[in-house]
Amino acid sequence: MDPHLLAAAAPITSTSGGEALTFWIIAPIAVLGALGMVVAKNAVHGALLLVANLFCVAVCYLLNDAPFLGFVQIVVYTGAIMVLFLFVLMLIGVDSTESLVETLRGQRLAATVLGLGFAGLLVFPLGKVIKGQPATGVADVNKAGGGNIHAIARLLFTEYVFAFEAVSALLVIAAVGAMILGHRERAEKPSQKETLRRRVASGAVLTPMPGPGVYASVDSADQRPVLPGETSGLVGGTPTLPGGGDAGPRGGEPDADGEGGTGPSSAPGGGTGPSAVAEDTAPVGAGKGSGL
Amino acid sequence: MNPANYLVLSGLLFAIGSVGVLVRRNAIVVFMCVELMLNAVNLTLVTFSRIQGNLEGQVIAFFVMVVAAAEVVIGLAIILTIFRTRKSASVDDVNLLKY
Repeated sequence: MDPHLLAAAAPITSTSGGEALTFWIIAPIAVLGALGMVVAKNAVHGALLLVANLFCVAVCYLLNDAPFLGFVQIVVYTGAIMVLFLFVLMLIGVDSTESLVETLRGQRLAATVLGLGFAGLLVFPLGKVIKGQPATGVADVNKAGGGNIHAIARLLFTEYVFAFEAVSALLVIAAVGAMILGHRERAEKPSQKETLRRRVASGAVLTPMPGPGVYASVDSADQRPVLPGETSGLVGGTPTLPGGGDAGPRGGEPDADGEGGTGPSSAPGGGTGPSAVAEDTAPVGAGKGSGL
Repeated sequence: MNPANYLVLSGLLFAIGSVGVLVRRNAIVVFMCVELMLNAVNLTLVTFSRIQGNLEGQVIAFFVMVVAAAEVVIGLAIILTIFRTRKSASVDDVNLLKY
């Protein structure tokens, strides 16, 4: 950086009171939100706490003279990405609680200790080094570039245009990848036409079953009525009227019904027509339906 | 208030996120912790941009956001695929990388 510019820009060692107030309100909320996300039992609560945290970070961007990033943060992160997270959480099932069994013994404690150490390592030396450093402030650069958005756009489309293109390619790849990963081969389900074709090919009877009493040869109350499935020999075609002598096994001889399947083949029911090919091997009452 | 306070805040957030990655078992929560860490780094970039007085940091933070968005899309799709096959979103159950 040009030393003249550095000298010209008023160095900031301490910021305005309003910013400090906002920061001291926002920062604890951010830290608490992050901690809450880590300890929250329910993943949805964790996601909402993370939304709060991301919102606080967005406010920090705004405080840092980065309005573009601040609003992008709100729109993209707290808006789109967290909604995506919540979608997936709901898809997977909110109640999928994680087991509290540690697979590695003492891992939780070790992780916490290490995390505390890591935080100390990050915060203390960094804070100490930066402490006395004057901050230049980005407000002048923003103003020189005609506003934050214009200045960022100028950088993005000149110096960083290659990175910009690469990132756009990355986004397209990510979208396609998500589609490939999310795509599921549909289980082969036969269409209605296919089902019909198979049914005809199997030789099953396509007509509906006749109502009860259609094949009755006797009108007497002491005879057992013919039930819809019990016509055995009379498969397909038009039912012959009783008395024609070909009504087959029925009435007082329910046992003959038991061999309904054999009926058509052994004793070709006169009026049954050509379609007497039902493969009816099922026992009495149940299988009669297909014998029809 | 010194702008370095933002760095302290982002350091804290990063550490919390890393602890979350180590401790939690639910893949989605682990993923959210990774997002938290990315955001902490973004905050650092923005703060350094301010301290240094140029906009490069903000541009890079923008790129990080874009990459993070792509990463979230792919990561969640992977988690969903794993959940479909294993009926579990726990990182402990995914120890074979097959089936």
